[in-house]
Amino acid sequence: MRPITKNGLKRRQKLDHAKESFWRRYVFSVDHKMIGKQYLITGLLMTLVGGFLAFSFRHQLAWPGESVPLIGPIGPDQYNAFVTMHGTIMVFWVAMPILLSGFGNFLLPLMVGAPDMAFPRLNGMSYWVFFLSTVVLIASFFVPGGAASGGWTSYPPLSAEPGYTGVFWGGHLWILAVALEFTSMLMGGINFLTTTISMRAKGMSFFRLPIFVWMINIASLLFLFSVGPLIAGALMLLADRLLGTGFYLPASGGDPLLFQHLFWFFGHPEVYVLLLPSLGILAEIFPVFSRKPLFGYKAIIYSTIVAGILSFLVWAHHQFISGIDPRLAAPFSVTTILISVPFAIMLFAFIATLWRGSIQFSTGMLFALGMIAEFMVGGVTGIFNGSSAADIYLHDTYFVVAHFHFTLFPVTFLGAFAGIYYWFPKMVGRFLNETWGKVHFWVTTLSFNVVFLPMFVMGLAGHQRRIFDPTLFDYLQKHQYLHVIATIGMMVMFAGQIPFVINFVVSLFRGRRADRNPWSAATLEWVAPSPPGHGNFDTELRVVRGPYEYSLPGQQKDWLGQTE
Amino acid sequence: MNEQKNRWGVSGGERYLPPTLARVGLCPPWRMGIWWFLGSEVVVFGGLIASYILYRFHHPEWGVEAAHTLSSIGAINTVVLLTSSLTMILAHHRVEGKELAGAIRFLGVTILLGCLFLGFKSYEYHHEIKNGFVPARSLFWSFYYLMTGLHALHVIGGQVANLVVWQGLRKGRSLHRIESVGIYWHFVDVVWIFLFPLLYLASSGGVR
Ligand code: HEM
Ligand SMILES: [Cu+2]
Repeated sequence: MRPITKNGLKRRQKLDHAKESFWRRYVFSVDHKMIGKQYLITGLLMTLVGGFLAFSFRHQLAWPGESVPLIGPIGPDQYNAFVTMHGTIMVFWVAMPILLSGFGNFLLPLMVGAPDMAFPRLNGMSYWVFFLSTVVLIASFFVPGGAASGGWTSYPPLSAEPGYTGVFWGGHLWILAVALEFTSMLMGGINFLTTTISMRAKGMSFFRLPIFVWMINIASLLFLFSVGPLIAGALMLLADRLLGTGFYLPASGGDPLLFQHLFWFFGHPEVYVLLLPSLGILAEIFPVFSRKPLFGYKAIIYSTIVAGILSFLVWAHHQFISGIDPRLAAPFSVTTILISVPFAIMLFAFIATLWRGSIQFSTGMLFALGMIAEFMVGGVTGIFNGSSAADIYLHDTYFVVAHFHFTLFPVTFLGAFAGIYYWFPKMVGRFLNETWGKVHFWVTTLSFNVVFLPMFVMGLAGHQRRIFDPTLFDYLQKHQYLHVIATIGMMVMFAGQIPFVINFVVSLFRGRRADRNPWSAATLEWVAPSPPGHGNFDTELRVVRGPYEYSLPGQQKDWLGQTE
Repeated sequence: MNEQKNRWGVSGGERYLPPTLARVGLCPPWRMGIWWFLGSEVVVFGGLIASYILYRFHHPEWGVEAAHTLSSIGAINTVVLLTSSLTMILAHHRVEGKELAGAIRFLGVTILLGCLFLGFKSYEYHHEIKNGFVPARSLFWSFYYLMTGLHALHVIGGQVANLVVWQGLRKGRSLHRIESVGIYWHFVDVVWIFLFPLLYLASSGGVR
């Protein structure tokens, strides 16, 4: 490593010594690391809201009519609003900000060897637009008529015609909040792409980029090119609500199906916007804790690109029972099932990476392994939903709820926890406590299965989703005990987060100190100090090799950093 | 220090790069940023236009409705907007030739033409609403107002950006920004070129 040049040093000293005020540094920061942390913390806090909503309606499902702690008994209207807002919050205010914006912002410039994002001020602004969206969304609970309750997909006519739900302001605010959130994510996506393309360190060619960087960029591209039609659809929805137009009203020549097409043209790629960063996190963790090069580096990249392209061609698998032509259902079944091929390639690459490695079960690694295992259940059950013949029976039952939670929960939480345990030393210069981390892991993962496995059983028995009081139906009585089990499992899961919260706060101030590269990892972020200062690197970077060079024959240590 | 200068000798978007890392790949970040931004804009209009076209197949009677748009003013507005794109190019050209005075003049003309476009558009809205062609009248008018309205919002946004750049030119600062607003302005122009035939001209369908 060469020492930093004179000019660079001066610049860096200026940056370090420029006394940033508290506000500049922690609140209106333009430093990608602080912005990443802001997103991460906001996302984690929103988990409390989304989780509390889940707790309320799960409580209602298990013990219908009984008073839910803190808020009292909930009625059908509230139930619908809670389900809607739970889905909305978990997807757009938890998973996306944590995985894409949180980890993406913190890691991407570090991993490509850049001092910051290409547009730092735009980046700072994106967080505050996101924050505003959060405020608008939460405000929608408190307006007359309550929060949106047409489902997280906001299908018209439920969402277009306040007459059905009694929700007026809540629906407008829902659209406004989502629009602001998308604006913020677009700003972020443009920043990610530009930074990766034009701010890489010397020698950092595209095929030396860590997989995480690839994943963030492909996810950003998917978002960039899928969100437009939904914005168009949302504008029409807003016009229907406010101007009395009839884009989605059959009486005026409109068609509610149009919204479904626009929504899912976005919605399916959106699932990959959440999934890819999470897989990227795994791709960083597996080689480090098995001390082996990542298997099939290029295969992973190419299959992600293929999956990304295919994701634009599968949307109507969400509409098999919406009256689409069976001749249309067949090709959508085929593309849907095809898409499991690239993901299978990725999973096999991960497994091959672990194969005969010297595996170290750190907490980050445990979460990564847990994510793969649980996600596979979600992936396999997706095939059922993807084939139209099976889906016509399964659609809108708890089977679907179980399926998408088996994909989204591991992706969101297990993936994020893996990342948090792994990069915490880089973020704050201290370790999280491993023992408590392991308690956290086992309780979370095991109780997760208790919550959602019963839902497969219920769904196969024909239990529809979005039912306020299952005990009202005779044929569901025999499954009531499963609701109780799931709800108790959920309470255990929530309790299991307490060790994490305590561990997080205590380690922030008291954790064991970490040096630059505590895990002996090869990627660039570990070359920077822990935590990195403004401008990131204190040495000049010259990248000479790929990101996953572990256990090379004939080397003294079992890894080689990208700059060595 | 050898600060990165772009080809107009101005240090612009690369301000945050320490010199050791100032390696710009394909093109400077600001240019790439604006293109990604346009990519995301294209799909918004793409979604609307695709929805419109799909509905249009099922509603031949929209041709009769479209006959009520003010095609003459639409045509004039098309010329106005196209001309403003031309003056934008001329402004850009003058900046590259370091003729700031000319650039300021041409950008000024672009801004005036933009205002003219909005003026005509408001007149159209006024005229149409007066005659009862309001958004809720029929699906055609819903699309008409949504699409031209969204386009007009983009024109207004572009005008604000143009003004900022115009101000910058007068102070001799951030000259490279002319390219960003130029790209954006052409985009607004291109969108209009799609909207004009779809909403104003395709009225013959009524014959069916
Ligand atoms: C904390 C653990 C969670 C629990 C206990 C939980 C529970 C549930 C339940 C029981 C439903 C179905 C309600 C009904 O149909 O009546 C549901 C719906 C949903 N959940 Fe979760 N969930 C959790 C986490 C997540 C996560 C992490 C995500 C996504 C990232 C998510 C996304 C959704 C979505 C999109 C819906 C559909 C909402 C709708 O029908 O409009 N959930 N959740
Ligand atoms: Cu899908």
